Amino acid sequence: MLNREVVIAGAGPAGLAAAIEAAKAGAQVLVVDLNIKPGGQLFKQIHKFFGSSAHRSGIRGMDIGTQMLAEAEKYGVEIWINSAVIGLYSDKIVSIERGLENGEKELVNIQAKKVILATGASENVVRFKGWTLPGIMGAGAAQTMINVNRVKPGKKVVMLGSGNVGLIVSYQLMQAGCDVVALVEAAPKIGGYGVHASKIRRAGVPIYTSHTIIEARGTDRVSEVTIAELDSKWQPIPGTEKVLECDVVTLAAGLKPISDLVRLHDLDLTFNAVFGGWVPKHNRDMESTQSGIYVAGDTTGVEEANTALEEGRLSGVAAAEALGYLTAEQAKELKDDIWERLDGLRMGPFGEKRMFAKNDILADFPACVK
Amino acid sequence: MALDQNGVITREELINFKQIVSDERYKKGPVAVIECIQEIPCNPCEAACAQGAIKIGMPITELPILDEDLCTGCSICIAKCPGLAIFMVDKTYSDTQALISFPYEYTPLPEKDEIVSAVSREGVVMSEAKVIKVMNPKSFDRTPVVTIAVPKEMADDIRSMKRK
Ligand SMILES: Cc1cc2nc3c(=O)[nH]c(=O)nc-3n(C[C@H](O)[C@H](O)[C@H](O)COP(=O)(O)OP(=O)(O)OC[C@H]3O[C@@H](n4cnc5c(N)ncnc54)[C@H](O)[C@@H]3O)c2cc1C
Ligand code: SF4
Ligand code: SF4
Repeated sequence: MLNREVVIAGAGPAGLAAAIEAAKAGAQVLVVDLNIKPGGQLFKQIHKFFGSSAHRSGIRGMDIGTQMLAEAEKYGVEIWINSAVIGLYSDKIVSIERGLENGEKELVNIQAKKVILATGASENVVRFKGWTLPGIMGAGAAQTMINVNRVKPGKKVVMLGSGNVGLIVSYQLMQAGCDVVALVEAAPKIGGYGVHASKIRRAGVPIYTSHTIIEARGTDRVSEVTIAELDSKWQPIPGTEKVLECDVVTLAAGLKPISDLVRLHDLDLTFNAVFGGWVPKHNRDMESTQSGIYVAGDTTGVEEANTALEEGRLSGVAAAEALGYLTAEQAKELKDDIWERLDGLRMGPFGEKRMFAKNDILADFPACVK
Repeated sequence: MALDQNGVITREELINFKQIVSDERYKKGPVAVIECIQEIPCNPCEAACAQGAIKIGMPITELPILDEDLCTGCSICIAKCPGLAIFMVDKTYSDTQALISFPYEYTPLPEKDEIVSAVSREGVVMSEAKVIKVMNPKSFDRTPVVTIAVPKEMADDIRSMKRK
């Protein structure tokens, strides 16, 4: 069996930031990701990020990804792509289905001293009549098609959901040369940032709040959808139906944390609606209810790349400290800085809810860790 | 209707959030117009302005406030704003026309002297407009800034051009 000091599942912003911090402090780090490229969501995000200018805001997600990979390499982080963490056993034995260069897979067990789970989130689906027709897909999938694979999903798109994902992907679909016929949102208000919504309005996209898709029709693939207005009880109002012609429908109805590995290892979970579902309990070091197993990023509650990154850093610093690579004072200084930035990111009308939700989770952490 | 209902910022909202440039300042030449009224965690505009004309402060969710006397209308901040929420308006361009500069991240880019369709915050075509300048230096990091000449009376309404 192989040995590594720190094994990290997921090479998104959380996993990479954790890897960089732990390796910078001197730990031997392996990151495992099931994709063909490390970076998680970052390489799909061709737009400039929000955040504090002191921390790479105004830089495009994909460029943050490139910078992080260079940094990880500089500190000697080992990255296995095409490889999935499929098991987590007692005493921190990590089972990996490792992708080999010849396309084969092999099963590898690694004895880790510390494990960090940063497996991100997955898209929610919405069901309506005809939702299985070809051409209907997740917004994240459409974003991967245009920004990573450079393939247009179609010509005319109807987007469902007005959170930041729905707004940003609508914009990027137009940048890729598609037309967005309409953005449909069931709630009475736009969920994401006004500035993102304004961008697509200037490009002529109507936003229908208090509306939903009733039905999608088509023979080989979707060719039109019926939308209708919703009353205050979220019921369609008869007579308000509109038919929109389209060949693609993209669903941006939120994300939920991926907690398979967390469940496998019996970490305590808690349900948190703000964060998108069941999330592992953790303390301010991002350590779960099992000592030496850390969690970070969207896995601990769906937020943003910059919060994922800072949480990743916290877990990396904490793991390095626990391994003896940082003194308590050194670690405290680093962690205090990170928490200050995290608090800044969780402010304002959009962030506040997440600050309260995070505080609930921290307060819920069992006093004596198993 | 308001920004969070249909994505279009209203004049009332801009007034409430103190993001209207004064008529006196407009008379002095080009000036940045910031349309960012929600407390989001974002501040690159503050760092972008070498004149120190944009203030956000701490925490970073504070709204950007423009000191219109410090602003030279240089347009650097336009490309640095990830929300594409900053424009430049020059109401002194000619007797009948004003200049509007806006971020434009679509292809193909318009060319200088081309006639394009100027659009409002709703994406409604307001008038034809001549392209005066297209700036796309490396420092703008792939957010080109387009400047068009529009009828002066539409300077508070036109904010972009129709996608080609
Ligand atoms: C359309 C869209 C727009 C966004 N826009 C912004 C924005 O403007 N600003 C912002 O800050 N944030 C934005 N975000 C959010 C941001 O991308 C995410 O919050 C962030 O990527 C979360 O980071 P993460 O590292 O937790 O997860 P991810 O980036 O999802 O990475 C998780 C990684 O784990 C891997 N993985 C999962 N399971 C396993 C396993 N068992 N074994 C091995 N590997 C595994 C996955 O392949 C993936 O690479 C956006 C997200 C989307 C979808
Ligand atoms: S236009 Fe120039 S001077 Fe005015 S706020 Fe923007 S960067 Fe500063
Ligand atoms: S950079 Fe743009 S979006 Fe961010 S605070 Fe400044 S004006 Fe608002």
